[in-house]
Amino acid sequence: MGEAISIGVHVCLFITLYFEVFLLISFLEANPLSKLKETKAREPKRFPTVAILVPCYNEERTVEKTLLSLLALEYPKDKMKIIVIDDGSTDATWQVLQNFRSNPQIELYHKENGGKHTALNFGLTKTQAHLIGCLDADSFVAPDALREIVKSFENPEVMAVTPAIQPTTARNIVQLIQKAEYSLSVFIRRTFAHLNGIFITPGPFSFFRREVFEKLGNYRAAHNTEDLEFGLRMQTNHLKIDNAPTAHVFTNTPPTVRALFKQRLRWTYGYLKNSMDYRFLFFRREYGNLGMFVLPIATTAIFTALYFFAVLFYSIITFIIAKIVEIQTVGVQAPDVGFNFDWFYINTSTSIFLILSIVTITVTLTVLGKRLSDQSLRNPIDIVVYMALYGFLAPWWLARAVYNAARSKESSWTAERQ
Amino acid sequence: MRTLDWKKYLFVLIITTLVFFTALFMSDKINEQRFAELQDIENRIATDIVSLETQFDLLEELSCTDIDEKTVLSKELDSLAQRLAFTEGQVGADNPEVVRLKRSYTLLQIKDYLLMKKVSEKCSLDPIFIFYFYSNEGNCENCDREGHVLTFMREKYPQLRVYSFDYNLDLSALDTLITISDVRNELPALVIQGNTYYGFQSVEAIENVLPLESLQTATSTARGDLN
Repeated sequence: MGEAISIGVHVCLFITLYFEVFLLISFLEANPLSKLKETKAREPKRFPTVAILVPCYNEERTVEKTLLSLLALEYPKDKMKIIVIDDGSTDATWQVLQNFRSNPQIELYHKENGGKHTALNFGLTKTQAHLIGCLDADSFVAPDALREIVKSFENPEVMAVTPAIQPTTARNIVQLIQKAEYSLSVFIRRTFAHLNGIFITPGPFSFFRREVFEKLGNYRAAHNTEDLEFGLRMQTNHLKIDNAPTAHVFTNTPPTVRALFKQRLRWTYGYLKNSMDYRFLFFRREYGNLGMFVLPIATTAIFTALYFFAVLFYSIITFIIAKIVEIQTVGVQAPDVGFNFDWFYINTSTSIFLILSIVTITVTLTVLGKRLSDQSLRNPIDIVVYMALYGFLAPWWLARAVYNAARSKESSWTAERQ
Repeated sequence: MRTLDWKKYLFVLIITTLVFFTALFMSDKINEQRFAELQDIENRIATDIVSLETQFDLLEELSCTDIDEKTVLSKELDSLAQRLAFTEGQVGADNPEVVRLKRSYTLLQIKDYLLMKKVSEKCSLDPIFIFYFYSNEGNCENCDREGHVLTFMREKYPQLRVYSFDYNLDLSALDTLITISDVRNELPALVIQGNTYYGFQSVEAIENVLPLESLQTATSTARGDLN
């Protein structure tokens, strides 16, 4: 039993290490940091017409700020339209939106609640722009974000572009954890783009050429993760998705563990169900790194994390039971207050060295993500908190998502906002 | 049709394997140092025993106060037992080097016991010996609890000399000790002052059979909590 667990742990550590080394080498191969300043410094060659869809459901507190950030975009005003679709909000979202009624760049629409994908599809019918993007109504853009996105479309092969997403604020531990996590995501997205393996076109400020929708059709319900399904559909049709790390978008992150759990449950559940729907992509050479590396490793990562957590949980329970037995046998003993450091008692098993290697590489990847998205490295407390706590949080929503996926019990986008 | 850079996949596999085996190598190297340290402690204890035996042979020319049995063995055996138990947890009880060191440790415990018995007789000391037989093979559900009891007893009565023996250890001297102590394979088993007790014995049960008044004057300890 103990030996089987140990072999399992070592296999999982090997897979995790392989994933991280693969990412690091792919990143170094692409060397995007060297091109960053050059890309940022130059002007876009063209300014195509752009439509930004903003689906809202009960966003009375954030939608105004979202629209103001869009209006502040450094982009020719006659080339940019903002299409706001209120998906049957039950709060004062529609009233707040009336403040923008007279703005010639903004079109306001109200429809019955049908889910985010229906709001986006409604918006698609209202535009003929060359580039169509979307922005969740709890996210905000940097003034130059659209210019940076448009630069990536200068490559005619690029059919969609995703930005670098960062949290708006990090006021507590839960948000600090997410801050580091988003930095790591910036790195991963950029590297996946190099591998042609991006499979999510996230709600905050992803852009598409108009012909993508003409070719692939509209958004689908897709287990409440329409952005993930659309990314997979694009990959299935060999449409290239790029990433622009210089396009900065800020999103509100869940401030509590409960809210974070709900959001991540929906994401993970959506990933599991969509990857089942698109299982034909797995281990197929014609889908390149996406089929041979990105999707298999992303799925394995869920089960690897659960395995690690189960082993950790088992160890903690075993330790607690042993302590209870000891207390029952001889009572509570006064702890030894003396501290005598002795190297002999340091755990130096192979798994400890492997974990240290993985932690070191993860920190390196997160720092690279911060550098890519131009974040300060002065106060890395978010990385410390992330490394210390994320491993104890994530397994809960991963486990629940696997359980729900097995029972096909969906999480709702609207319920998450309520 | 997208292209796959198989060379990169292979290159990453080589690097990952290298990191993996480096971790394995580092762990092995440190364990080797651990084994060397344990061997060193065992050698020191063996030398101390020979030294004490030699002093004992010269006893007619020395007074009992010259044999300082309090400081010679107890701390070293204690340290050895703790370190050996930790190493066993790190590399596994089946590791050949651990088994070899454990056999040496067991032998040292038996020699310590014999020597202390002789010293006690000559110098009119009255130490209390406890033999604790345990098993690591998963067939002794109360061995952990008994280990806690004996650790507690040693802390409460530092004069107790507790010797722990893995009943299943392949060592002829231990087999002989088991035979002459007449201990059956019903573990945990305690031999206290010549009497054998089977099954879990609580602190109170052990205190009931110990001559508590002599513990006030008894000397020296040895530790053995290798289960």
